[in-house]
Amino acid sequence: MSNILSIQGLTKRFVAGAPPVVDEVSFTVGNGEIVALLGPSGCGKTTTLRLIAGFEHADAGTVTVGGRLLTGPSIHVPPEARGVGVVFQDYALFPHLSVLENVLFGLQRLPRSQRVARAREALKLVGLSGYENRKPHELSGGQQQRVAIARTLAPMPQLVLLDEPFSNLDALLRQATRQEIRTVLKEAGLSALLVTHDQEEALSFADRVGVMRAGRIEQVGTSEEVYYQPRTLFVAQFLGRTNLILSRAAGDTAETPLGRIGLNRPAAGDVLLALRPEHLTLEAPDSASGCRGRVVGREFKGHDITFRVELNGAEYLVHTDNLVPYQPGDLVSVRPLAPAVVLENRTGEGVTASGAAPQLTVPVAEQ
Amino acid sequence: MAISPVSISNPTTGGGSILERRRWRFQMAWYFLVPALIVVCGVLVPLAYLFVRAFEADLDQLNTLVFRARNLRLLGNTLLLAGGVLVVGSLVAFPLAWLTTRSDIAGKRLLTLVGVLPLAVPGYVMAYVLLATTGLRGTLALLFDLNLPRLSGFTGALAAMSLTTYPYLFLNLRAALLGLDPSLEESARSLGCTEGQVFRRVVLPQLRPAFLSGALLVGLHVLGDFGVVSLMRFETFSYALYLQYTAAYDRIYAAWLALMLIGVTLCLLVAEARLLRGRLYHRAGTGMRRRARPTHLGRWRFPAYAFAAAIGVVSLIMPLLTLAHWMTRRNINEGWSDLGAALWSSFSASAPAALLAATLALPLAYLGVRKPSPIARGLERISYLGYATPPLAFALALIFFTLKAIPALYQTLLLLITAYTLHYLAEAIGPVRSALYQTSPRLQEAARSLGWTPLRAFFKATFPLLRRGLVVSMAFVFLSAMKELPLTFLLSPIGFETLAMGTWGFANEGLFGAAAPYALLTMLFSGAFTALLLVNERHTGA
Repeated sequence: MSNILSIQGLTKRFVAGAPPVVDEVSFTVGNGEIVALLGPSGCGKTTTLRLIAGFEHADAGTVTVGGRLLTGPSIHVPPEARGVGVVFQDYALFPHLSVLENVLFGLQRLPRSQRVARAREALKLVGLSGYENRKPHELSGGQQQRVAIARTLAPMPQLVLLDEPFSNLDALLRQATRQEIRTVLKEAGLSALLVTHDQEEALSFADRVGVMRAGRIEQVGTSEEVYYQPRTLFVAQFLGRTNLILSRAAGDTAETPLGRIGLNRPAAGDVLLALRPEHLTLEAPDSASGCRGRVVGREFKGHDITFRVELNGAEYLVHTDNLVPYQPGDLVSVRPLAPAVVLENRTGEGVTASGAAPQLTVPVAEQ
Repeated sequence: MAISPVSISNPTTGGGSILERRRWRFQMAWYFLVPALIVVCGVLVPLAYLFVRAFEADLDQLNTLVFRARNLRLLGNTLLLAGGVLVVGSLVAFPLAWLTTRSDIAGKRLLTLVGVLPLAVPGYVMAYVLLATTGLRGTLALLFDLNLPRLSGFTGALAAMSLTTYPYLFLNLRAALLGLDPSLEESARSLGCTEGQVFRRVVLPQLRPAFLSGALLVGLHVLGDFGVVSLMRFETFSYALYLQYTAAYDRIYAAWLALMLIGVTLCLLVAEARLLRGRLYHRAGTGMRRRARPTHLGRWRFPAYAFAAAIGVVSLIMPLLTLAHWMTRRNINEGWSDLGAALWSSFSASAPAALLAATLALPLAYLGVRKPSPIARGLERISYLGYATPPLAFALALIFFTLKAIPALYQTLLLLITAYTLHYLAEAIGPVRSALYQTSPRLQEAARSLGWTPLRAFFKATFPLLRRGLVVSMAFVFLSAMKELPLTFLLSPIGFETLAMGTWGFANEGLFGAAAPYALLTMLFSGAFTALLLVNERHTGA
C-alpha cells in the first residue's frame, strides 16, 4: 500500500519562543486509508490539519501528497493548488448559494458541460438528490453535513481532511452519519484524515488512529493496537478507563498485587502496567497466589457488570459479563484474561499508587 | 458602546481564537497595499505639512504668534464652550435617559424620540434657527410678540451646540441604564444602602464608561464645529482659524491655530482613554437578566412631563416652526434654480466620496478583522485620526499640502471628494467590519481548498455576504458629506455652493427666508442619516 500523505517533522509555532503547537509530527496515510488524529482540545491536531490543507505556514517539516512536495523548506503550495479537500466543523456552506451551486463551486476546472452532471452525482452519493435548489439554511444539520461532504468529494481530491465533522450533530444522528460517511469514503476509494477529540469516533471511523498530546504524536496504530496496547499512560487513559499497576517486572512476567501476571512484552525493574477493566475477571479467593480482594461496589448495567474491588489498599475496576455472581462484601481474587501492557516510562507522569485510573475527561466541545 | 457610526474609544475586537494570534508575515498584496498607502499619505502627510508651515516662522515670529494673549483667550473660550455644552447636555440627557428607562412615566417611546431626533438637526441649522427665532426680527417677536434678546456669542453657541449634541449622551446613558443588572442594586439595598446611596455608589459608577463615550463624541463635535461658532460670532480656535484664513490670510498663524486645535483634540482623546482604562465593566454572573422595577413618580410626574415637553419644543418643534414660518415669508418664485444647483453640487461631491470610502474601507476592515497585526491596527488608528481631526484643521492641512506638492489639485472637486473620503473613512469601516465579523473565515478557506485563488475566493465566498454592510457604509458617508460644512467651505472649487454652504451663507447675512429651503433640505438628509444609524444599531445589536 503506497502512501497518499506523508508528513515528516512538521512543526508550527504561533508565538516565537513559546513551545510549538505542532512539534515534529510525522505520520503517513496510505492509499484508500482512513486515519484519525485523536487528542484533547489544544493538542495541535486541528493545526496539523490546517498545515496539511495549506491554511497555515509550517515552521519546519514537509508535507507530501501523492508524491508531490506541498510544504517544505521555502516551499508552500497555496491551498487552492493542493488538490486536498476539507470538510469543516461548521461545514462552511456558502449561505448565498443553493445546494447545487455549493457543490459546483469546486468544479471550475471541469469542462462546463460535465459540471452539473458531476455535482448531481456527488449529491446522489450522499443521498441528497432532489435537494439541489434548497438553500443551506433550509436543511437540517445532518443534511448540511452531507452537502459539505458532497462539495468536498465532487472535485475528486486525492485526500480528504475532516475537521471534527460530526461534533455539531446530536448523539443519535452522529453515529448513523459516521457510518454513512465512512461507507461513502470507502466506496469512492478515498483517503481521509479525520481530526477528533472523541475516542469512540476515532476508533470506529478510522483504520488507524494517531493519538496526539501537546503537539506530539504519542502513538499511531490500528484502533485495536492503540486501545489494547497503549504505549504511554496518556494513550491508555485517553482511550478509556484503565487499571494502573506499579510492579516489578522480570522478563515476560511481573510481580503484582494480583499475583504473578504475564506481560505483553519483556521488561525489567519497576514498571507501570495497564490493564483494561474488561480484561479482568473475578474468581473465588485464591489462597495460593495470595491475591485476595473484597468487592466494594457493583454496578449492574444489564448486559454487563462493573465491579469495584479493593485489594491491598487500592481499588480496581473489573468489567465482567452479567453471569459473574459476586455481591459487595464478597471475598474474591482478580484474574487477568490478557497480558498486562507495559507502559513507557515517561517523566512528569508521576503515578504513585496502583488502582483504577479514570478516563481523562474529554471536553464537550473543541475550540 | 451605544450609538455613533464610529466607535472611537474601543474598536471592536474579535474573539481570541488561535488564528488571530497567528504571527504576521510581511507580505501585502497590492489590494491591501494601495488602500493602506492612500490612507497613510492622505491623512498623515497633510498633517505633517501643517508642522512644516507652522515652523516656517522665525523665532521672533514664533514668540509673537504662539505666546500671544489672544491664544489663551481662544483656548479659554474653546474649553468653556466644550465644558458648558457637556454640562447642559448632561442636565438634559441624564434625566431624560432615567425617565425613559427607570420611571413609570407614560409615553416612553415619544420621550425616547425627543432624546434622539435632534441628531437630525445639524449644528449650523440650529444656530440659524436660534438666530431666526429670537431678537426683534425673530419668529417669536413676529408671531407671539415675545421679545427675547437675540442669542449670540457664548450663550448662542452654547444653546445651539447643546441642543444638537445631547442625543450622544442620551443614547449612551440610555443603553447603559438598560444594561445594568438590577440584582446589583438589590444586593446593595440588602447590604444596607438607602436608595440614594445605591444610586451614588452603584448606578453612577457603572454609567461612567457610557458617559465618557458620549462625552468624547460631544467634545469632538464642539472642537470640530465651525458653523455654530461662526454664526454666533463666538471666538474659539475654529472661528479664529476661519477669520485668519478668509480675512487676514496669515497662513503661518493659521497653521499654528490649527495645530493648537489638534493639540486640544489629542488631549481630549488621551484623557478619555485614561479615564476609561480598566473601567469597562462586565456583568460577572450568569442567570437571567431582569428589568429593574420602574420607580413610581407620583406627583413628580408633572414636572417630569413639563421638562420633557420643554426639551421637545425647544429642540424639535421650534426649529420646524421657524423653518415653516420663514418658508412662507420668502418670495415663492425666487431662488429655486440656485437651490437645485446646490443640491446637485452636494450630491456630486458626496456620492463619489461615499463610493470611494466604501472601496477603501473594505480592504482596511478586512485587514483588521482577518489579518490582525500592528500595521492593521495602525491603519485603523489613522482612519480614526482623520475622523477626529477638526475638519477646519484637516482642510487647512490639505490646502498646504496640495499647494506645495500638487498645485493642480487645489480648489478642484477631486480634492473635496478626497477630503470627504478621508474624513469619513472611519464611518465606512464600522459597518463593513461588523459584517465581516458575522461571516466565518472558514467560508473563504473552503473556497480556497476548492481551487480558488485568494482574491477570487474572497469575491465568490465572502463578498456576497458583505453587501448590506457596504451599502450602510456608503449611506453613512453620503449622508454625512451631504450636510458637511467646514471641509466644503475651505476646499470647494470657486463658485461651487452646496446645501450646507447655502444655509450657512444666507444665515450669516441674516437672510433667514432665503436660508430656509436650504436648511430644510439639509435636515432631510440629516434625518435620513439618523434613521439609518438607529435602524443599523438595532440590526447589528451593537
